[in-house]
Amino acid sequence: MKIGTPKEIFEGENRVAMTPDSALQLQKLGYSCAIESGAGKSAGFSDAAYAAAGVEVVKTAAALWKDVDVVAKVRPPSDAEAKRLKEGQLLISFFYPAANKDLMELSASKGASVIAMDMVPRISRAQKMDALSSMANIAGYRAVIEAGNNFGRFFTGQVTAAGKVPPAKVLVVGAGVAGLAAIGTATSLGAITYAFDVRPEVAEQVESMGAQFVYLDFEEQQQDGAATGGYAAPSSPEFREAQLKKFRELAPEIDIVITTALIPNREAPELWTPDMVTAMKSGSVIIDLAAERGGNCKLTVPDQKIITDNGVTIVGYTDFPSRMASQASTLYSTNIRHMMTDLTPNKDGQVLHNMDDDVIRGATIAHQKAVTFPPPPPKVQAIAAAKPKEKAKELTPEEKRAKEVAAFKAQTKSQVILLGVGTALMLLVGSVAPESFMSHFIVFALACFVGFQVIWGVSHSLHTPLMAVTNAISGIIILGALLQIGSGSWLVVILAGISVLIATINIVGGFLVTRRMLAMFQKS
Amino acid sequence: MSIGIVSAAYIAAAILFILSLGGLSGQESAKRAVWYGIVGMALAAFATVFGPGMGNYLVVLVMIAVGAYAGQYLAAKVEMTEMPQLVAALHSFVGLAAVFIGFNADIEMSRVADLKSGLSPSLNAAGIMAALHDMGLAGFAEKVAHKTSTEINILKVEVFLGVFIGAVTFTGSVVAFGKLAGKVDGKAKKLPGGHALNAGAAILSVVLLVMYMQGVGSWTLYAMTLLALFIGYHLIMGIGGADMPVVVSMLNSYSGWAAAAIGFSLSNDLLIVTGALVGSSGAILSYIMCKAMNRSFISVILGGFGGTTGPAMEVTGEQIAIDADGVAAALEDADSVVIIPGYGMAVAQAQQSVSELTKRLRAKGKKVRFAIHPVAGRLPGHMNVLLAEAKVPYDIVLEMDEINDDFPETDVAIVIGSNDIVNPAAQEDPNSPIAGMPVLECWKAKQVFVSKRGQGTGYSGIENPLFYKENTRMFYGDAKKSLDELLTKISS
Repeated sequence: MKIGTPKEIFEGENRVAMTPDSALQLQKLGYSCAIESGAGKSAGFSDAAYAAAGVEVVKTAAALWKDVDVVAKVRPPSDAEAKRLKEGQLLISFFYPAANKDLMELSASKGASVIAMDMVPRISRAQKMDALSSMANIAGYRAVIEAGNNFGRFFTGQVTAAGKVPPAKVLVVGAGVAGLAAIGTATSLGAITYAFDVRPEVAEQVESMGAQFVYLDFEEQQQDGAATGGYAAPSSPEFREAQLKKFRELAPEIDIVITTALIPNREAPELWTPDMVTAMKSGSVIIDLAAERGGNCKLTVPDQKIITDNGVTIVGYTDFPSRMASQASTLYSTNIRHMMTDLTPNKDGQVLHNMDDDVIRGATIAHQKAVTFPPPPPKVQAIAAAKPKEKAKELTPEEKRAKEVAAFKAQTKSQVILLGVGTALMLLVGSVAPESFMSHFIVFALACFVGFQVIWGVSHSLHTPLMAVTNAISGIIILGALLQIGSGSWLVVILAGISVLIATINIVGGFLVTRRMLAMFQKS
Repeated sequence: MSIGIVSAAYIAAAILFILSLGGLSGQESAKRAVWYGIVGMALAAFATVFGPGMGNYLVVLVMIAVGAYAGQYLAAKVEMTEMPQLVAALHSFVGLAAVFIGFNADIEMSRVADLKSGLSPSLNAAGIMAALHDMGLAGFAEKVAHKTSTEINILKVEVFLGVFIGAVTFTGSVVAFGKLAGKVDGKAKKLPGGHALNAGAAILSVVLLVMYMQGVGSWTLYAMTLLALFIGYHLIMGIGGADMPVVVSMLNSYSGWAAAAIGFSLSNDLLIVTGALVGSSGAILSYIMCKAMNRSFISVILGGFGGTTGPAMEVTGEQIAIDADGVAAALEDADSVVIIPGYGMAVAQAQQSVSELTKRLRAKGKKVRFAIHPVAGRLPGHMNVLLAEAKVPYDIVLEMDEINDDFPETDVAIVIGSNDIVNPAAQEDPNSPIAGMPVLECWKAKQVFVSKRGQGTGYSGIENPLFYKENTRMFYGDAKKSLDELLTKISS
């Protein structure tokens, strides 16, 4: 089969869906490749480079559309392009099916299959074809560069012979892929970067990129990001209020604001109100990456750079990826190539449109003359759902009482059993042992009992001193030696003498070392 | 001094000992408690020396003087990191003394028996006593002479038991000392035959006891002593280094029981009381230690870790190293820091550096705390003593239960030379040999730094998944050197 890429006809679009490199990879899958003459020119890929990679350069778009089985594009097809689709043809491009219903129906009626690159589900396996992320990454990077271009100062703070330069303060609103890329770029340029997102769970990612997460003083059970496939969901009015209040506080000290907040299939939420713009210093820059969908700042004019009365530059470009066409084309064509790899499991140059595959099913919006949008939810959740927090069950007073009674009963039972067994043993011993032994035995049993009772109270940190003290006290065995040392037998005297010696070492050493240890413990 | 006054002194001593142990419940009262112990001991020794049935005062004086000098020399010289060895060595003394005293009792018994049989059979009981007294029997020997034949039999059991426990304590403590001091390999070792050897020796000892009771001769006592010495050696050799806290407190308990058994044979109540106090305290300590490791007391005593039930969980990932700059930067950013010391800190003598680090971090307004696992180190409470020596205030040194819930709110956890006590496998891997052992959940902290000599496993030879976790960074090198390097990066 043949894969072809026409020149983008959208005004100002510089990207191209196939590069010489990706063409080589596609050929390895068994496809032959074709490209419209001049399609890669704006992105820096000449026809000669394509030809060198074995790509057939076709003179006109009409010839290309007619000739190929798979059309790979960047922008959604225009009406004219859609009409060129033919039965059995496969179109791969961005499509935004929710916004382009008519176009989608037109394409389906033509009998062509359409894979929308913006509909690739967000699961781990599909990351390699997630063109939205690729483009957002570029947009985030470019947003910072664009901001720097319009910002009259350094990003990084410097102390020079000619004076001190404060670092720029950058606020990134929305920590999605674009936001994180912007954070990374801004911090690596040396700016002090703050970031905000309605999903508190991304705070960790934000901080890992080197920015400070802006926390709100707001108590609300936040929606779990897992439920929405990792995208933000609309927030409650109260939350929005708290958020705007925080932004108002920050506005006067922030030099560069980059807003990236988008909610799937909705108009961009207004986060940077005109009064915040007014509060900003002259020379500050706002980059509104949501401009295409109305902008996070309502003053934004899509595709234009404006300067407000108080000297704040607001950039509303919608074509950041296209402004880095070479990079964007490389990444996008790689995404396409990965998509083709998944579509060609046998590597034989034949497309196998497997509608049971989560990724392919999710991205396919038209297949066999039918519209297949919206797709069913994927079988694999994008993010593991947060486990519900286990909460210790509050016991009612009655239950507590019952529990206490049960514990008390169990304790009583075990104690009674122990006492019974103990008594029986004592009686057994007492029945054979003489009275003189029993009197000592009573002392022994009581002392054991006292020992058990006393030692439980010793604090953990004093276990070593406890060992040393008990060790010293066990030197009491010296008494035994002393009692024997008066013997008439010389052997006994010698043995007893040695015992006295080592027992004394034990006693003196044990007590002194304990004192040394205890003297060291002190309170702060 | 009459027997009544001696008894009164004994009662006072016994009460003082109880107060002394009870006083260890808090750091402040403990300082007073030691004095109770010292006074009690002085009282008991003094009363005994000047009590009835004493002799050979010169020998006593010399021995006590030499012993006291040696004891204070030892106590003054010992490094705090060497405490476990010292305690083990001192236990061996008690054991040895018990063996000697038991032998003495046996010698006296046979002497009295010889003398008795030499007397003319026509004498009545009172006459025998008078005759024996004339022959110079005094003290313990005289007491023995008073005993009836049942009492002599009981005495024989008591002596036998005292010697047995004493001998086990002696060799056990010597081996424990060797292991703790690094003079004997710390790995668990058993002779071929394992527990069967110990059991055989114990059964043989019982047989010897019966023969001893039958009056076969003193050689049975000495033969049993050899067996007991072997049991003590073999028992402790079979226990691995990581279980040393339990071993030491267990030997502590044994030394107490030995004293109590000797007390029975000498009919001395103070010995019985004190021995029982020490014995039960050691037993409870061992129990606490075992609970902290989620091990049954029996399995520790019988040596080694219990068998695993399946293959250990695969540890994936890699250990990522970090240098002092990285740790310093993380500490500068952190608000709350928890330090988890282990035996490695003791080995490297790093407690002073740890203390200095703590001081500097606290001066910067950071919350620094210590988390102590009950079995950290080689002696119960070992880490507390080392930190106290380095002047770390004890109110920031917390126990496992007090601090485990705080780890999720902790910015940085620093693990210094501990391994098994921070091993998440205890909770995550049911097949791990330490499964179920309570551990410090330091991996829940935002960042964990592990100061460790190399990539090897710890004392127990168990792989530690903590080192492979994403938020863990390995700070390789000798603990003291690493910390000193770190201190140069953190301004005071």
